[in-house]
Amino acid sequence: MAIISARGLGYRYPAEGCGEVWALKDVNLSINKGEFVAVLGPNGSGKSTFAKQINALLTPTEGEMLLDGLSTADATNHWRIRQRAGMVFQNPDNQIVATTVEEDVAFGPENLGVPAAEIRRRVAESLALVGMSAYRLHASHLLSGGQKQRVAIAGVIAMRPVCLVLDEPTALLDPRGRREVMDTISRLNREEGITVIHITHFMEEALAASRVLVLGRGRVVLDGKPRQVFQQHDELRALGLDVPAIAELVLELRAAGQELPPDVMTVDELVAKLCS
Amino acid sequence: MNMFKSITIGQFLPGESLLHRLDPRAKFIALILFIGTVFILRTLFGYLLLGIVLLGLLQISQLPLRYFFRGLRPVFYITLFTLIVHFFMTKGGIILVRLGPLTVESDGVYLGIFMALRIIFLVVCTSILTLTTSPIALADGLEYLMRPLAKIGVPSHEIAMMMTIALRFIPTLMEESEKIMKAQLARGADLESGNVFRRAKSLVPLLVPLFVSAFRRADDLAVAMEARCYRGGEGRTRMRELQATPLDYFAVFFSALLLIAMAWSQV
Repeated sequence: MAIISARGLGYRYPAEGCGEVWALKDVNLSINKGEFVAVLGPNGSGKSTFAKQINALLTPTEGEMLLDGLSTADATNHWRIRQRAGMVFQNPDNQIVATTVEEDVAFGPENLGVPAAEIRRRVAESLALVGMSAYRLHASHLLSGGQKQRVAIAGVIAMRPVCLVLDEPTALLDPRGRREVMDTISRLNREEGITVIHITHFMEEALAASRVLVLGRGRVVLDGKPRQVFQQHDELRALGLDVPAIAELVLELRAAGQELPPDVMTVDELVAKLCS
Repeated sequence: MNMFKSITIGQFLPGESLLHRLDPRAKFIALILFIGTVFILRTLFGYLLLGIVLLGLLQISQLPLRYFFRGLRPVFYITLFTLIVHFFMTKGGIILVRLGPLTVESDGVYLGIFMALRIIFLVVCTSILTLTTSPIALADGLEYLMRPLAKIGVPSHEIAMMMTIALRFIPTLMEESEKIMKAQLARGADLESGNVFRRAKSLVPLLVPLFVSAFRRADDLAVAMEARCYRGGEGRTRMRELQATPLDYFAVFFSALLLIAMAWSQV
């Protein structure tokens, strides 16, 4: 069943001076329950705009966007949509509201009017899911970047969403924080069946997804399994995107005459192929 | 960071004492009653009595006394200033000292000491509250107590939310100002030398980026809060509900009794 479906979705920022520039145009797609979708695209390709369309922070200029069957164009649906599509943003410092971890995770359910005892249960459960239970009473500003993002994810999970939209959650993190966040997202998708929309500009992160969407100038340019998408070197280069380092290496090796299948994407796979 | 470290007014020292465990609402009401008491006292004997009560409270609060009084140091300068101004400016009574055109008269001494004591007592009362109550609990208590004012249009929930967010962002913005300061120093900014005006002017390249970033953060935070279904206080529940115990009623009762006793006995 489709959790997210966009039909003829177009969006133009209302600011003056933008003229006829569409941030999104003619987007048609549907995302099913349990999918792990990575959204790639160069700066200004409409990635973030697309993310904000999903949970109705922005509403379509034309076409429609349905989340769990609810149209984002209808303002009376907005709060139900935002509860179902939880969003995590890029800067961990700017999305934590409360001074302690526990209070911050409770913020979402408190807004939904959930009874106190149930909030406490959800907070404990969500923190356990992201592996932050030990930090329940810690001051939120003293955590590392990766930990802050995991708290932000817990805060969203506590609202019991059907899908998790992450807008470049790893962009400002160090490699360790990035791995923490990626592991958490993958686990939530795999074990809890939460649909994940992960917007990123790290090609390696997109490999963890079950499906990759590539946006360019507001349109969906490529859509498919990561292995298929990353073989389209020319299209990706035309958009100013890289392919994962290993895919690049495989391409060069193949050009140099090495016998290799074109869909090798990770170091381990390449080692296995080369040494067999 | 050093310039912020010496100021302990408004800080919270976590603990397990009786005062720490009191309901923030009870502590707020008690504080208001204590402030009332400070203002109705008429004799030095009254201040002595109240001082004994406050020392008793400090003992109960288990706050480290040295830390407590060190935090009050900036207030002592204000107090000293008040004292001196009153000594020389307030006239009346017997002339005690004559220094050329300046005289110190007995009414001035009397009033000066009173004002100084009032300032010190007010700060001590308030510090006991803030040192024993977490900022979140303070905001919660304040929100609850201001709820009746909603009828006349006071946005009690919004005020409490603003307090919480301000407290949340103090460390973040301090860290940021330090970062900006270092960045500007690295580019040759001179923040230390020159007279007051020069130094004030050299703060501009520090404040402008700080403000710009604060506005950006505020914008991001507003979007993030909206994404988490924040729509004001209506229909909102709290994870931790405030619960008054007999001890809280006793604290309020005791403070009220103190005020009435002091007012009635005219000490």
